[in-house]
Amino acid sequence: MPESAQTSVIGKPQPRIDGPLKVSGLATYASDFHFPGMLYAVPVEATIANGKIQKLDTAAAEKMPGVRAILHRANIGKISRSIMGKGFDGICVERRPPFEDDVVRYYGQYVALAVADTFEAAKGAADVVRVTYDKNKPNVGTDLKADDDPDVVPTSYGPEKRLQSERGDPEAAFASAAVKLDQTYVTPAEHHNPIELQGATAMWDGDKLTIYEESQGIFNMRGVLAQMFGLPKENVRVITKFVGSGFGSKLWPWTHCPLAVAAARQLGKPVKLALSRKMMFQSVGHRARTQQRVRLGATAEGKLVSLQHDYVYHRSILDNYHENCGEATAFQYSVPNLRVKFGRAQRNIGTPSDMRGPGAVPGLYATESAMNELADQLKIDPVKLRILNEPKIDESLGIPFSSRHLVECFELGMEKFDWSKRTPEVGSMKRDGLILGWGMAGCAWIAARFPAEASVHLRDDGTTRVACGTQDIGTGTYTILAQLAAEKTGVPLNKVEVALGDTSLPEGPVSGGSMVTGSIIPAVYAAADNAIASLLTVATSTPGSPFEKNKPADLAFEGGRVFVKANGSAGGVPFADVLRRANLGFVTGSGKSEATFGEEKPKFSTHSFGCHFVEVSWQPAIARLRVSRVVSVIDAGRIINPLAGRNQIEGAVVMGIGMALLEHTSYDQESGAPINSNLADYIVAVNADVPKLEVHFVDFPDKELNELGARGIGEIGLAGIAAAITAATYHATGVRVRELPVRIEDLLTSSVLA
Amino acid sequence: MKTFKLTRASDSNQAIAAAAKAKTAQQGAEIRFIGGGTTLIDLMKLNVEQPQTLIDINRLPLDKIEALPDGGLTIGAVVRNSDLAYHPLVRKNYAVLSEALLSGASAQLRNMATTGGNLLQRTRCMYFRETNMPCNKREPGSGCAAIGGTNRSLAILGTSEHCIATNPSDMNVAMAALEATIHIRGPKGERSIPIGDFHVLPGNTPHRETVLEPGDLITHVTLPPPAPGSRSLYLKLRDRASYEFALASAAVVVTVAGGKVTRARIALGGVGTKPWRSPEAEQALTGQLATEDVFRKAAEAALSGAKPQSENGFKVELAKRCLVHALTLATQTA
Repeated sequence: MPESAQTSVIGKPQPRIDGPLKVSGLATYASDFHFPGMLYAVPVEATIANGKIQKLDTAAAEKMPGVRAILHRANIGKISRSIMGKGFDGICVERRPPFEDDVVRYYGQYVALAVADTFEAAKGAADVVRVTYDKNKPNVGTDLKADDDPDVVPTSYGPEKRLQSERGDPEAAFASAAVKLDQTYVTPAEHHNPIELQGATAMWDGDKLTIYEESQGIFNMRGVLAQMFGLPKENVRVITKFVGSGFGSKLWPWTHCPLAVAAARQLGKPVKLALSRKMMFQSVGHRARTQQRVRLGATAEGKLVSLQHDYVYHRSILDNYHENCGEATAFQYSVPNLRVKFGRAQRNIGTPSDMRGPGAVPGLYATESAMNELADQLKIDPVKLRILNEPKIDESLGIPFSSRHLVECFELGMEKFDWSKRTPEVGSMKRDGLILGWGMAGCAWIAARFPAEASVHLRDDGTTRVACGTQDIGTGTYTILAQLAAEKTGVPLNKVEVALGDTSLPEGPVSGGSMVTGSIIPAVYAAADNAIASLLTVATSTPGSPFEKNKPADLAFEGGRVFVKANGSAGGVPFADVLRRANLGFVTGSGKSEATFGEEKPKFSTHSFGCHFVEVSWQPAIARLRVSRVVSVIDAGRIINPLAGRNQIEGAVVMGIGMALLEHTSYDQESGAPINSNLADYIVAVNADVPKLEVHFVDFPDKELNELGARGIGEIGLAGIAAAITAATYHATGVRVRELPVRIEDLLTSSVLA
Repeated sequence: MKTFKLTRASDSNQAIAAAAKAKTAQQGAEIRFIGGGTTLIDLMKLNVEQPQTLIDINRLPLDKIEALPDGGLTIGAVVRNSDLAYHPLVRKNYAVLSEALLSGASAQLRNMATTGGNLLQRTRCMYFRETNMPCNKREPGSGCAAIGGTNRSLAILGTSEHCIATNPSDMNVAMAALEATIHIRGPKGERSIPIGDFHVLPGNTPHRETVLEPGDLITHVTLPPPAPGSRSLYLKLRDRASYEFALASAAVVVTVAGGKVTRARIALGGVGTKPWRSPEAEQALTGQLATEDVFRKAAEAALSGAKPQSENGFKVELAKRCLVHALTLATQTA
């Protein structure tokens, strides 16, 4: 038997199959594509955040050498709006197409586009386009109060009830609770900051459009562009071979994308448009600022009797992005009386959008922080408090969890962290002259399937090809697809060809919601089964085949070989031999899996869970706080590739350190500009901020989602970590920070001395 | 970025003569020398600086670090930050300088940035870098958007009602505590300027940052011999652990004998509109016992003139703690 048949590649650490391309610079990201005659486009950004364009003077720019056109409202041509169709199709979070009117609603909104023979000429021309405005004072205020109150509001993904979840009588239960907590938690606007800048290269061939863009959802982008440019979908092809991270910023198309397409249409040449880092802070979304009031009522023993979560987030003037902070609130704990409700406040900002763990990440920061404060108030261990309130079912829907092993996560985390050595008094733990703080928090993130289609080829040279029009945003989807194909076909990983990131392939899921892996497993497995069934038919119908006298049902396929079931697998024939004998280049099969996301009446509540245990060190003399140890335990079903999986959680924890201690976008109150719009002034965690990270997975396959029991892991690692860090910060310093990030100015008030 | 002419100087006099034709050597200079380019190119990309001509001075013979007969050190203007930081004599005699250099930027930037260039490093004030915003330093008379705006990282010492931009350099702070001398050759000949007189306060001319005039070329920097028995140290405080400008920093050079501070040279970074030498702190220390109480008094003296803005009041206390801790470490008996 070949080795591949004996050894499963599922659940084994696999280095990225695309790693060599990436480290050698051969991986072709969207802006790496060049075409003959290609022009370069640079947008002109509004320098006000609220007002109207009075005059656009393009004369000087048009006269510059190499400049082909200065496009604006009067000469860009028609760009229609896109509306959301069924499923993930046609979604634009910023719905107004560029240049639709002369109103400026946020700083950096595109008001014109310079197109030239070179990037330098286009930038030079964009810089000299003179725009005069009727200018009003922008509102980018940070204190958020709901400014409308309908019961149902439209959102980017459909209508949403402002009262998201309610059970029992939360007000009365809170009023009569023995122990109460009522606090407000604030999270700032944050920007995704993938290292790969966004951009688009568009070209037309008659009425057919091809666009290279780093999209997390190529099929949605195809639908959007078809609507914007009045094309049948099949005339639009979107290609995304590699993505240098997205974190949600590349989920939906932004206004630069139709600009590139429209410029290519007007000028009859391929047009490349790449954003600057500054533009990445203005017009490709961000995590909304949130202000969240959490009220907890509990018995003296710590049993929750009431939970109220009222939150407000900011949104743009025109759009309705919903920052769903209540995502996990209603099911995470057992509590008879609960209410989750939201409001929103309009600001002169580019619309916020999904950012890694949208809603749940800021939401769990607030609710998990409240649980930590309640534990301190009750003087009970925060882990014990959580276990005491562990639900048996999803109480918000009244249905069981498909697989929830949060308590096992807590137990393993406590053991690995040595949590039992924690002394609860503030400032009571020390090491090497530093004060230590220990904190923890739990987390959850939705698990579901998007619809997915895939194809698998078995080829006469013994290789296989798996194709799925999804994306690899740096998380390891190429490798997962290869593993799935290798597992089913018995072909070694290095002989699997993976095709993704192209709308000419079978329609794959968006790389969002941590749902790609869970969604593609059934599709790829079904495709492989269909390819194998086709192979077995070939084997029995080919003259001269050793299986000529058999029926397909007599045969089996394992480890890349076809054999007669009754004879056992020892005497099999490699599939390549079967194909060659039949003079076939390949056989292929298609597979499809249905969505569970958005099901009206689910049988199970499906989520991933986990927890983080954090140690910070505190040096009062210089007000220096650093994260010195993190143990994360994640319940995400079966982990297909533990190497990439651990990397996902580690990356999320690094981002969580940034969220807790460093990251925030400052909007200049006068101009409305996101003023720290570069990577020196927008501080993210760097290597030196990151201690050794310990990641553990508890292995409980969730067979409700797919045959392997795999859920997603892209976002869960960022949920909860900020609350664990702020709890550790309090334990070390005695300073309770309820507005992120924790800053030196907060810590200077600490009275804990060395 | 605007198109510019690049010339390569093979001789200092030729470079000086060419640069002397500029109207100013300050903000907006039409002709600039370029060393590592780590500040200048960045600002040119932002259109904050738009020189018509750059004169590359990297091939001038200004790349040596040499011991002086008096025990001091001479450092050529195009010596790279990393070469300076790792030079054995710097590590042995001027630890504060090595530490300051290595606390700045990243390894890649330090491999490019030069000594002369670092003396001229421009502020990171966000409004200075954004040409659509008012900024008196970039565009005299346009106003200061940072006052009352986003100013958490900006200066609390040496500010004026026209400008509160911080001098961002770490090296400059160490140079100030080491009492470095800047050597300049210009159209009128050579001159030497103590570092304390090299940078100027913003006052009502924040576009003017140094005493340099058109054609002035920094040729080298000299350091006096290390004070006998002195210890020196640089401590930098910031939000993240690496690759960030200082919120507050302290360069200290102290000599302790018989438990008393006999000599102290103190400079602060991240808080001043120029590298902030503090004679007040030096005076408060000299002749006093090396105790935390005395250090605290010195820190109070150093910050007594602080004028916090809307977001950076915390810097007063942070700078004090920074100085106290730097002095504590520098005077610890091994």
